[in-house]
Amino acid sequence: MLEGIMIGLTAALSIENLLMVVAGCLIGTFIGMLPGLGPMSIIAIMIPVAITLGDPTAALILLAGVYYGAIFGGSTSSILLNAPGVAGTVATSFDGYPMALKGEAGKALTIAAVASFSGGTIGAILLMVFAPALSTVALLFHSAEYFALMVVGLSAIAAFAGTGNVAKALMMTILGLILATVGEGALFNMPRFTMGLMDLQSGISFITLAMAMFALPEAMFLVLNPARGAQGQGGAGGKITGLRFSREEGRAMIPVIGRQSVQGFFIGVLPGAGATIASFLGYAVERNIAKGEDQAEFGKGSVKGLAAPETANNAACTGSFVPLLTLGIPGSGTTAILLGALIALNVTPGPRLMVDTPEVFWAVIISMFIGNLVLLILNLPLIPYIAKILSIPRNYLIPFILFFTLMGAYIGQNNATELLILVGLGVLATILRFADYPLAPLLIGFILGTMLEDNFARSMQLYRGLDFIIERPMTLGLLVLAAILVLLPSYRARRARRRAEGVADGD
Amino acid sequence: MALDRWIALVFVVFCCVYGYAAFFTMDQLLPPFMQRNPVWPSTFPKVLSILGVAVGLIVLLGLEGSTKEKELTASDINYRRLTEYKLGQAILLLGLMVAYALALRPLGFLFSTTAFLVAGSAVLGERKWLTMLIVSAIAAGCVWYLVQEVLGIFLRPLPFFMGN
Repeated sequence: MLEGIMIGLTAALSIENLLMVVAGCLIGTFIGMLPGLGPMSIIAIMIPVAITLGDPTAALILLAGVYYGAIFGGSTSSILLNAPGVAGTVATSFDGYPMALKGEAGKALTIAAVASFSGGTIGAILLMVFAPALSTVALLFHSAEYFALMVVGLSAIAAFAGTGNVAKALMMTILGLILATVGEGALFNMPRFTMGLMDLQSGISFITLAMAMFALPEAMFLVLNPARGAQGQGGAGGKITGLRFSREEGRAMIPVIGRQSVQGFFIGVLPGAGATIASFLGYAVERNIAKGEDQAEFGKGSVKGLAAPETANNAACTGSFVPLLTLGIPGSGTTAILLGALIALNVTPGPRLMVDTPEVFWAVIISMFIGNLVLLILNLPLIPYIAKILSIPRNYLIPFILFFTLMGAYIGQNNATELLILVGLGVLATILRFADYPLAPLLIGFILGTMLEDNFARSMQLYRGLDFIIERPMTLGLLVLAAILVLLPSYRARRARRRAEGVADGD
Repeated sequence: MALDRWIALVFVVFCCVYGYAAFFTMDQLLPPFMQRNPVWPSTFPKVLSILGVAVGLIVLLGLEGSTKEKELTASDINYRRLTEYKLGQAILLLGLMVAYALALRPLGFLFSTTAFLVAGSAVLGERKWLTMLIVSAIAAGCVWYLVQEVLGIFLRPLPFFMGN
């Protein structure tokens, strides 16, 4: 491991890569603050840039920087405007915004930055310990286990993403898998479902799909409902002064940071859970632990209430890299997009990553430390200036968001038809969001679809049929686990409902 | 019937069409040597179409049990009252995006982008034409420079009749 860290340090500390981290963090913060552009959209826009860099290490470092920056930017708009740019920072606004209203916006931002820094750093340490261990196990996996593991991942995502509505999330996963079968796969060298259209020959571009699923619907929502993203505008967005917090406040934060970075990390590792659940859970846990006056302070500008979700969401973001780097299976929409970028750069994440290209693996981890440091040292003093972007009038902002969405899809493909596909899929995604269908499972299904089919086909060929399910106990075990993950939530919901009905009858 | 069930219905129909294509139209094209394989190009789509129909029916028939409607906050959108929102603006912007896609090649990047940004702001109700024009033109120029010169991705800047 020490050797790996050294390789990573030399790669990450080159001038070029340091610049990448700084640039990534700044761009991420800048765009992450805007309503309507979450980390997923920003990373999707940055992918063409990353791919032109050519060097996978630099590209991944840039994208990881953008990711961290975007989350930090999201917290900033949560604190200053009570308008979270990302679901993962909603819990930040519970205590951050009241603090800003009290005139302590600067302090709130510092606390958020320190908490994010600690969460991210502790998360990265945990990642350094767990990822290599998990990779060693994963090296024993065959295609049959991979197939089963992906099925587990997809069911877990459906089970967590569609809280209480697993069938809807599963439907989206299957739609994603179906979309992935369009085009000429590497496996069969034969175009499928292209309906004779040349533009579909190479399949649907995942950047287009990502833009259509996330950036475009969010922009449409902003257009439809001006109240969105504008709540409290001008409320606390004025002056940001006094970036310091007191020693007592610092002391109160330490145990919170310690607990939440570990908890957040492990929630992040689970597929489908991610930063949003981690931050809400972190907030709830800390509020329950706090006693007396401390507890009453939650929601009114509590230091602990701000530090908890901030630590947890950053630790979870780091945790979500574990399945991506060790198994090659993304656990969240954002890591799914990162996976797509890596594949475009000819790097296949998975257990072989550590063995074949250790410099990529370790440079990414080291750059996480550097990225967190950059956010703390460089971004924090710049925040009052960056926050000016929040005062851009909506009439200018929305056309630009739409334009960047279009550009993101266009640059990667240089094909104007792609833009028409983007608009079509975007309208579809907006309608799906009206009906409360989760969209992350669709994207993850789409990205895993090809790999799932490849591994399925390979195991079928090796065992001349479906025998691999019975002959490999681990595969069978994983598939059973997948079935339980899907069936358990609906079973429990049904039991809870029956019990509730029983109570109602008894009245 | 609520919107989510309509979507499920459409999805089931879509899966049936997809399944039809997988079951009845793909295998004839298969070269004989591939027919000896245990997996055909149509295998995975066949499985998916069956799963899709099953899951779609669960949502359509509400077998999972109806979950209570999520409470909407001020920033959420209630699709039942869609016409009370700025629907016209949204549709016009979508139209603009389509127009942009069609104009990008023939009219060149600089002109189409400037026009798109100005028209977009205008749709949203902005009327300071000069500011809009200057901001859009500068933005289009900067993005073109970054993409073409820095990233090295070709973007035709000018309309087709003015050369490259």
